[in-house]
Amino acid sequence: MPVTTIDGRPVHVNEEGFLTDPSEWDEALGKALAAQIGIDLGDEHWKAIRFLREDFAAKGETPTLRRVTVAGGIPTKALFQLFPQKPAKKMAYIAGLPKPHGCV
Amino acid sequence: MTSMDTAPTIVPTFDSDASQGRKLAIICSKGSLDMAYPGLILANAALGEGVETHLFFTFWGFEMINKKTMGDLKFTPLGNPATHMPQGLGGLPGVTHMATERLRKSIAELDVPEIPEFLEQIVASGGHLWACRMSADMNHLTEEDLYEEVEGIISASDFIEKTEGAQLLFI
Repeated sequence: MPVTTIDGRPVHVNEEGFLTDPSEWDEALGKALAAQIGIDLGDEHWKAIRFLREDFAAKGETPTLRRVTVAGGIPTKALFQLFPQKPAKKMAYIAGLPKPHGCV
Repeated sequence: MTSMDTAPTIVPTFDSDASQGRKLAIICSKGSLDMAYPGLILANAALGEGVETHLFFTFWGFEMINKKTMGDLKFTPLGNPATHMPQGLGGLPGVTHMATERLRKSIAELDVPEIPEFLEQIVASGGHLWACRMSADMNHLTEEDLYEEVEGIISASDFIEKTEGAQLLFI
């Protein structure tokens, strides 16, 4: 697994660029990751990203889009507006987590 | 470790040129619970990947968008050797009900929504739902009878026109 420099520090990532060690993440890094994919994080974005982090810590897996809506309380439509095209993957990337595995 | 050892930054290609403008058309023609899910799951997955997705409900697929039936699709082991049950059992009274309940339970355990809620999620994700004109006429159904998010009752040729250049799935 490559080590790369993001936000001025070394982080472990996989071949696609997703962090492989969620503990290397903090909110400053999240901001830098979001900027790399053209997203400027506002309060609504943070609500989703923080839910991902909390849910991952509790469940040990990245929540699917449906879970962010049902358990995180953020409507699906809003997620598509905040993280256009591929919300589940973009959120996971910014939150420093693996891509979600669930189908739905 | 110093920054001298690190690889160049890798950024995922979320919006590659190849995926831009990709379209998927899914024709849902079955009205049993087990055959309703594949189309919905694939539509949901495609939308999550940023693919423009259109679903066309035709023949028995109307069960999925008819307000009266959409929450009450059934599953029968009859004619389905993959259940590994003796086929004679499938015809006994109550077996369809029992098999349906069991399938519903396994789907719910995976946190996969029931059909009406699944359609709602697909629409919220930007999916388009279309009803087949001939099926509506055959069953004497109008837009009033259909799930409100269905965008319209259209002919087969309208659907083909709308999905020009799309990849197509017939289920």
